[in-house]
Amino acid sequence: MATETNRFVFPEKRETPSRFRNAIGKYRITIAKACNNCGLCIELCPYGVFKKGLRKPKPSCDHLCLGFPCSKNTFYCVERCPEKAISLAVNPSFEILGDKRWPAELLASTWHMAETGKIPHQDLNYKTGNSSGGFDKLRFVFPEGKTGGKSDEISTAIELNRSGDSRPRITIPIPLYLGGMSFGSVSIATMLSRARAATALNTFCCTGEGGYPDELIPYDNHIITQVATGLFGVREETIKRVRIVEFKYAQGAKPGLGGHLLGDKVTQRVAQMREAIAGSALFSPFPFHSVYSVEDHKKHVDWIKEINQKALVSVKVSTPTDVDMVVVGSYYAGAHIVQLDGSYGGTGAAPDISKKNIAMPIEYALPKVHKFLLEEGIRDKITIIASGGIRTAYDMAKAIAMGADGVCLGTADLVALECIRCHHCESGRGCARGIATTDFELVKLMELEWGTQRIINMYEAWRDQLVYILKRFDMKSVTELTGRFDTLVHLDYMGKEEIEGEIE
Amino acid sequence: MPPKYNIHTTRMPGRFQPVTKSGVIAWEEGCLKCTRCVKKDCVYKVYEKRELDTRQMLDSLDSVCMDCFRCVQNCPNRLIQKGLNPAYKVLGDQYWTPEIISTLWLQAESGRIPVSGAGYGGPFSGPGFDAMWTDMSEIVRPTRDGIHGREYISTTVDLGRKLMALEFAPDGSLMTRTPPLVEIPLPVIFDLLPWSPPGEQITLALLEGAKSLGTFTIIRQSDLDSEIEQYLPNIIVFIDKKPESLGPGLLNRLRMVEIPDGKNTIAIKTMLKEINPELIVIIRLPLSPEVSERALTLTSEGAEVLHFYADEFGLEHADKPLFIKERIKEIHLCLVEKGLRDQVTFLAGGGIAMAEHMAKLIICGTDALTIDIPLLVAMECRVCRRCKEGIDCPVELDKVDPEWGSARIRNLMAGWHNQLLEILGAMGIREVRRLRGEMGRAMFFEDLEKEVFATMGKRG
Repeated sequence: MATETNRFVFPEKRETPSRFRNAIGKYRITIAKACNNCGLCIELCPYGVFKKGLRKPKPSCDHLCLGFPCSKNTFYCVERCPEKAISLAVNPSFEILGDKRWPAELLASTWHMAETGKIPHQDLNYKTGNSSGGFDKLRFVFPEGKTGGKSDEISTAIELNRSGDSRPRITIPIPLYLGGMSFGSVSIATMLSRARAATALNTFCCTGEGGYPDELIPYDNHIITQVATGLFGVREETIKRVRIVEFKYAQGAKPGLGGHLLGDKVTQRVAQMREAIAGSALFSPFPFHSVYSVEDHKKHVDWIKEINQKALVSVKVSTPTDVDMVVVGSYYAGAHIVQLDGSYGGTGAAPDISKKNIAMPIEYALPKVHKFLLEEGIRDKITIIASGGIRTAYDMAKAIAMGADGVCLGTADLVALECIRCHHCESGRGCARGIATTDFELVKLMELEWGTQRIINMYEAWRDQLVYILKRFDMKSVTELTGRFDTLVHLDYMGKEEIEGEIE
Repeated sequence: MPPKYNIHTTRMPGRFQPVTKSGVIAWEEGCLKCTRCVKKDCVYKVYEKRELDTRQMLDSLDSVCMDCFRCVQNCPNRLIQKGLNPAYKVLGDQYWTPEIISTLWLQAESGRIPVSGAGYGGPFSGPGFDAMWTDMSEIVRPTRDGIHGREYISTTVDLGRKLMALEFAPDGSLMTRTPPLVEIPLPVIFDLLPWSPPGEQITLALLEGAKSLGTFTIIRQSDLDSEIEQYLPNIIVFIDKKPESLGPGLLNRLRMVEIPDGKNTIAIKTMLKEINPELIVIIRLPLSPEVSERALTLTSEGAEVLHFYADEFGLEHADKPLFIKERIKEIHLCLVEKGLRDQVTFLAGGGIAMAEHMAKLIICGTDALTIDIPLLVAMECRVCRRCKEGIDCPVELDKVDPEWGSARIRNLMAGWHNQLLEILGAMGIREVRRLRGEMGRAMFFEDLEKEVFATMGKRG
């Protein structure tokens, strides 16, 4: 497997700054009238915060500023300015951005990774959010003093078909793929950016429910097509086109609930794709009304396997109390991959009551499922993909340590494309930032090249962090990390003084 | 199958401008007077829509802004920022949070359930009701599609003493005397308010709301007057005077009364029921560490309905108070163990702030709930509690038009009803009566943490 990764050359990281004039950062720099435009600040700052201006320099990249912690440096512009004209303050807008799960610092650090492909050098927490539980209370404990092997000898690749059947073995060089967002819910530029990034990273991107637009055909080899309860846009030819077909039984965004696409969102194009009538609302029921048992479920899987003899079958489920039984059932029905979608994720509009209260967070579901599959003796025959609330490279690594083989992402991609999580995806003409909309004017806000590169940059920065974590554990492959609960501590149950090692 | 319960909603804007989370800060100084100002490019046209809001003579900008940050990010001289509204931060308290209050306002205005995109943004878990999740059905268990109205889910509950068996004479006629039962279409009753500005307007709004929803409002006997008595079919009289003072004239027109638990509770109940045998007597008792014992005694002595109440934060009266959900669980299980639970109806209230609390408390063992503060919040209350100190209400609650107030309450309850359907539908439960005590279909923080995290990282 290691050789596979070594053979794969990751695409180049390229600077891809914000689409908007002013990027949002934690700090805000202002230059007072006293400035004599000597240009010292431009010269001093190693991060390129200042640009030349006619009367005074412009702090146009203050999102790259180190902020107050910079005061210990010799290049601290505020101190060094001969006219004392530079002032530094916390950006008031930064204070109202984000939420407990995605605090402003996490948003800004994700934007930074998407812009530069590197982990943030600023004073930003890029590892955890502020939700006071789950991933945000879990830390890795690295053995002290060990530095591990060389980074280029570490494999981050995983196998997607572990069943041992005659279907192709598919390896992806990073333990992640991109989750389903339907045509109509996001713009074609968003959809294509994700598909192209997945192609460049040699992984996959799911279509979501709602059809397989022709624009995706060039990326067929990296597309997962979804068969969901409404069966919208599902055709024999689309099933035959891909290497992985995904059954969506439920989704973390709205566990236990169906979907409802409002009539005015059903444009001519959307209707054509979904084989429906423009202008009439479309319901995606819950659940599959043809599946009320594992036997019914198997019939479904067999049907897909028959149509496409080479495809792997993935089953996407949410996290009820008996999630472990559901996964075992899916295994016996013939699934290659089970995607566990935890209740805190999702990108589409959903009732708040379901997002918060129905089904359990992924942090509980994963260990439950992993242990149960181990006891059943089938853990190594199936690939477990975790999703629903994975926001960072550290979340990804923690999910793997808790029993997943890999993860599936959605929200992180949107944040890379400069989603600010205003939660108003559905309002008016759709996303005001041109990400989750089909409005002809708003979609122009984003270019394909830009979107593709931002997503590539971010996931390469994630891979770097994963390699760093594996290195600290002296592991050669990410597959060694799966189910290694002993690498983690939960801060509510273990005092820092009890921990032997470095926590991060 | 009973006819489908449908709550009629109408958009009912507030009298005051809502307190928004953030505000737009736009400096004039340094403006370049661009010919194409970013304010003109606003996707939501908020700078064009903004006007002098005549409700309070305030600029409406902050309440129409949708936080997309486009203008903040595109103004060439960076003169537009957004900032946290300090008035929002101080809304309510730790329990009645600004988020809860503003969501209740939204529902009361629109009658719709809160929907948003981009996943959940709140804390992982929290105290009280936030330390539990409800179940969903997957693959092997069907769900029910309640919210879109294609499958019927009942939210009706019955209040009263239930029989465990019926006896028939050899000729087939029923020998058992069936006790009175009252059916309410939504498991919610409006409780006495912990505080409110004086005046009858609020009470009339509550009563009109209860009437249109087909439920009840609990009213103190001492507050009854001719105007309120027009709503007798939707009133539960709380007897706060001598029980004898409630004359047979009034008692015979009532379906339910409530008495505080005390020394002669059962005797008073018997006395009242002698006057009107069709009357249901609810016994109101505070939650406390001793309450399970008391509930057991009262049930074995023939109590029909027990109404447990906590304080406005959901806490019982004790040195180390337990949260309502924990105590209700205990009482429920105690009666289940003694085989008495099905004979009696539970009402529980105190600290019920959101639709999900309704479903969660029913799972923990109550049959129906009583609510109070959300009814005030529906009428724009900011939970500042100034009325408690005798200070004027900042949103003039004492002057509400009962028509307007009841419409807002109806909207809120419509939102809650639909959210209850969401939870029931996801679980595949077709009536709320079957949700009661279904703790196996819920996930509790304490159990999951113990199972998953508590052992993590402990070596050896």
